[in-house]
Amino acid sequence: MMTELEQRQQQVIEEFSVFTDWMDKYEYLIELGKELEPMPDADKTDQNIIKGCQSQVWLTANFADGLVTFRADSDAIITKGIIGLLVKVLSDLPPKEIIDADLHFIDAIGLRENLSPTRSNGLVSMIKQIKMYALAFAS
Amino acid sequence: MSFDVNEIRKDFPILEQTVNGRPLVYFDNAATTQKPRRVIDKIVEVYTQYNANVHRGVHTLSNRATTAMEESRKTVQAFINAESEREIIFTRGATESINLVANSLGQKYLSADSEVIVSEMEHHSNIVPWQLLENQGKTKVVKWAFDDRGELNLAELEELITDQTKLLAICYVSNTLGTINPIEQIIAIAHSHNVPVLVDASQAIQHFPIDVQQLDCDFLVFSGHKIYGPTGVGVLYGKEQWLNQMPPYQGGGEMIETVSFGGTTFNQLPYKFEAGTPNYVDIIGLGEALRYVNSIGLENIAAYENELLKYATDKIQTISELRQIGTAERRASVLSFVADCAHPFDIGSILDKLGIAVRTGTHCTEPIMQHFGIPGTVRASFAFYNKIEEIDVFYEGLKRAIKMFK
Repeated sequence: MMTELEQRQQQVIEEFSVFTDWMDKYEYLIELGKELEPMPDADKTDQNIIKGCQSQVWLTANFADGLVTFRADSDAIITKGIIGLLVKVLSDLPPKEIIDADLHFIDAIGLRENLSPTRSNGLVSMIKQIKMYALAFAS
Repeated sequence: MSFDVNEIRKDFPILEQTVNGRPLVYFDNAATTQKPRRVIDKIVEVYTQYNANVHRGVHTLSNRATTAMEESRKTVQAFINAESEREIIFTRGATESINLVANSLGQKYLSADSEVIVSEMEHHSNIVPWQLLENQGKTKVVKWAFDDRGELNLAELEELITDQTKLLAICYVSNTLGTINPIEQIIAIAHSHNVPVLVDASQAIQHFPIDVQQLDCDFLVFSGHKIYGPTGVGVLYGKEQWLNQMPPYQGGGEMIETVSFGGTTFNQLPYKFEAGTPNYVDIIGLGEALRYVNSIGLENIAAYENELLKYATDKIQTISELRQIGTAERRASVLSFVADCAHPFDIGSILDKLGIAVRTGTHCTEPIMQHFGIPGTVRASFAFYNKIEEIDVFYEGLKRAIKMFK
């Protein structure tokens, strides 16, 4: 049986499969970014900033009923779309599933190879931070 | 000579390519410039015909490499009209040149109560080396602020200079704002108070002629890769009287006269400051780049690039969603702007997918961003191989990007 995480990844891959052109993929990321619920300003603290991104990215995590819930925001819209995608795939899962997650959808939708190195590093930093939170809640 | 950009573009092999399915539009020239074929060929020539470590070699190849490297030094000397080739020190780049002066001068001339004036529009390379000295208690860094157009006020400089001022470190052209500072007047003011001046010419050397004797600057630095030369090579020009008084920066081979455990004596200028095997291949490449620029003529380059800048500035100003950052009366080749509807990074990402290379972010000038209260800018910077038609493509790309984010 396909896990919840795998189902979500497959869904994202399917959504992106209709785009033939990178501009369309960006349009979609921009949409995702705009749809992402803005984070309260009070949470946009230095402590919640993810380092290694050219734009500012904030991430918070909550642990309740065995599940980790993430919220994220960025001052750049495309970046917000990307972190939104990660939140969509990884939020509301048990810590262990997040820690062990093999995020193959990133390669499948061409995100990793098509993002500039600075952004690519940003993506790596985002995933690292998400997993760090899960690790903290797992212990 | 008549200036034919289509002919010039044939000299730059990298420009004939598509990026993301579209013809490359390279507007990131302030970060680095592309290389003409003859510079690339020159590097291949050295490696295939006379690669050998320079100086002190008795054999033929070493002599050829040495001659070619010293030929480059003469080319640089003539290019900036230095009085002597002893005043031309090869470094890894403008950053190393500034660090050399900061360390060497710092050791001998600066102390806790010294002051170094640094403008607010400097690249981090011309701020941090002075702050490192400050952290060691060897000087105080004094900021010379600019106004909201990106211009420095000369009367303020007069007020900032005190008896403790030991140096003024300033860029000729701002890499973010494009401002051309009135460097001759600035130097004259500083000198009237016996304050020496270090000029960061990294964004000026490739755009218009520079004569160090006419400017009367004490130090001038630039990087080779920003003037169509290879990466990893830069120049420090210093007046001989200064360089003679300054202690060596790094120790090693070539910079010594004799070495013993009883004590070491140092080589003459310029070798005193060139420890270790120099990057002779790229130094030779830089000489070739300067000869190439001479063959086009810096006056021709300046006139054409000014046309590009004016055309691009006028175009940008018609897009109401964009706000230009840096509106000084005299600017060179750099156009910075922000949009309310999108982060610079967003705009740069879309432009990239349209084959247009611009730089986004702080451009290593965070104090400028703090001045304007912005996270960064989108920066388009032009070179003489760019075309008016490319600015039209850029303009359409910008309009498309803004439509996506609005």
